[in-house]
Amino acid sequence: MKQEGKIAIWREYQKEIADDKYFYVRSCIRQNFFPGSEVTFLRILRDVLKKDVFEHPCHTTCSGIGYHGDVVPVETAMTVVARQFALMTEAGYTNYVPSCITSFGLYTEIIDTWHHFPEVEEKVRQKLKEATGREFNIPSNLAHASDIIYKFRKEISARAKYKLINHDTGEPLRVVDHIGCHYSKMFPSKGVGGAEYPYVLAGMIEEWGGEVVDYPERRHCCGFGFRQYLVQANRGFSVACSKEKFESMKPFKPDMIITNCPGCPMFLDRWQYVINEMEGTRYGLNGEGIPVFTYEEVAGLVLGFDPWDLGLQMHQTDCEPVLKKIGIEYSPEDKYKTGVKTFSQNQPALANV
Amino acid sequence: MSKHVIVIGGGVAGLEAAGRLSLEGLEVSLLEKDKITGGHLNRWFRLFPDRRDSTEVKNYLDGLTHVNNVRLLTNITVEKLEKEKDHFTVMTTEGKELKADAVIVATGFDLFKSSRKEEYGYGIYDNVITSADLEDMFREGDIVTREGEVPSNIGIVHCVGSRDEKVGNLYCSKLCCVTAVKQAIEIREQLPESKVFCFYMDMRMGGAHYEELYREAQEVWGVNFIRGKVSEASETIDKKVVVKVEDTLAGRPLKMKLDMLVLMAGMEMSEGGKKIAEMTGLKTGENRFFEVADHHFGSNRSDIEGLFYAGTCTAPMNITETISHARAAVSEVVEYLKKS
Repeated sequence: MKQEGKIAIWREYQKEIADDKYFYVRSCIRQNFFPGSEVTFLRILRDVLKKDVFEHPCHTTCSGIGYHGDVVPVETAMTVVARQFALMTEAGYTNYVPSCITSFGLYTEIIDTWHHFPEVEEKVRQKLKEATGREFNIPSNLAHASDIIYKFRKEISARAKYKLINHDTGEPLRVVDHIGCHYSKMFPSKGVGGAEYPYVLAGMIEEWGGEVVDYPERRHCCGFGFRQYLVQANRGFSVACSKEKFESMKPFKPDMIITNCPGCPMFLDRWQYVINEMEGTRYGLNGEGIPVFTYEEVAGLVLGFDPWDLGLQMHQTDCEPVLKKIGIEYSPEDKYKTGVKTFSQNQPALANV
Repeated sequence: MSKHVIVIGGGVAGLEAAGRLSLEGLEVSLLEKDKITGGHLNRWFRLFPDRRDSTEVKNYLDGLTHVNNVRLLTNITVEKLEKEKDHFTVMTTEGKELKADAVIVATGFDLFKSSRKEEYGYGIYDNVITSADLEDMFREGDIVTREGEVPSNIGIVHCVGSRDEKVGNLYCSKLCCVTAVKQAIEIREQLPESKVFCFYMDMRMGGAHYEELYREAQEVWGVNFIRGKVSEASETIDKKVVVKVEDTLAGRPLKMKLDMLVLMAGMEMSEGGKKIAEMTGLKTGENRFFEVADHHFGSNRSDIEGLFYAGTCTAPMNITETISHARAAVSEVVEYLKKS
């Protein structure tokens, strides 16, 4: 593998990312899946980097999950998105930052559609005005929340308490980066690093001391794929997709996986447990699972946040082996200080107990 | 006094045109940007459809120019090309100024930069190479992977940078299919134990003896032809190349592990040609090659009187077509100079 080839491609795909005054919109599902991630993003931006981040209480779903699940027509999705932009406009912001990859993809797609078909934009403006009395500006800068962390990866590194390095050996951790499909596969120029070799997470991994693992099924879907999971009859396909990825990455002996999508960490994390239950297969080192993190969680760990404040106790695949490998100081006793223990102590090491 | 013609580009078209113009009794200067003439011919080992040694054609072309006293100027790049009344002035980056009564532009083509098809990983994955790289191996007589091992399973991807809206090339490069067939046979000749898989969209075997070569590849050499586009390539821990393909005849996706993947790079307007177009305002077509005055009976003429085209600066062509096109350009020049 020749790194210089990737570097040449990364140079081609740079995007403008605003450096302050963000209108932040949360994901529909991330707060249930990985409840510490979004609050960690806000903590890093506001408390560590001293940035202005605004959240609007009237923000709703972008409807992207329904759009990509084939139950919401695109015109409806556009009008919902127009309303979100109206909230941003009313709040006096211009830099729009969605937490969700599918939202980011939908916003990108809609802005591009309006660019090519201004009559559609005009119609949406009329419908929004009729229905809500609202008007909107299109954001001057649209960046996914992982773009923001990527932008400030060096600032985070400068404040790092820990690096993605094996505490005992000094070797970099081997990290799989998994990018949500809707980040740049539809619009390569809108993602840091493009679609084939995205750099948004790889840049964080490199900056924070880790080594990026490139494996054959790197581009493959995590298994969520919307209808693969949302339609119950398809769930076998969902788990099969995830299994395909785990089988492919296993020979590279990854220490951890880092993701930037709501669904990806959920399925890569939970399906490891399911596959272990189904056939007793574990893909990580020492007979364990491969811990799966969101980028906010990893940024939080690097900055020395308490793992349990990051919500790592909510992961199905146990994260503690990686915490120990990095040398992170934490209190195992505090693991469930905010919740109820749900697993028995006799579960296999794969499970988060 | 003899009329002077400048030929820009010392590849197949330029050499043929320069030699023939000289035979007509004209004074000829041939400008070549590289140290030696021959262009892409220098890199190709054997030629389709008969797999003759490319040096035979090169020797013929060199002979044509040497015998006929063509003034050969190598390592020369055109900086400025202007026409004033009936005369052309060429300024080179080396500071030379040349005057001419007519000009033939024979700036040829560049191979498509395969790294632009990012999903194939050329320049990233160790065992993804191009058709030109494979010719180097043929010449060395040593087809090996980056690890120095003899490959057992080799894939060939057709239409890399051709008929591809994503890279902005809607046209067919015409030569890649037959090059793939030729190279597949040569691999099987040199490595009888190997298996070769060609992934194609359509087999465009339009030239003389191409179809026969295609049949030979299947019947004699057992080359596998799979109709489907490769969607992506990736690398395993042991440096194999995994390809994902839609096999459109079987109607199902296919995943295959290969020791080597060869990309059939298409043809694009050369950088030299683009510069000439910029400095002269010569029209280029949607395919970015020079736009000829008339596709049927004026394919050597440009929109500047006295400036003519020869060869692949106007469209993808094979060597036979290029030589014919260059001869036709000579005929146009002679006719033009007689009138002027």
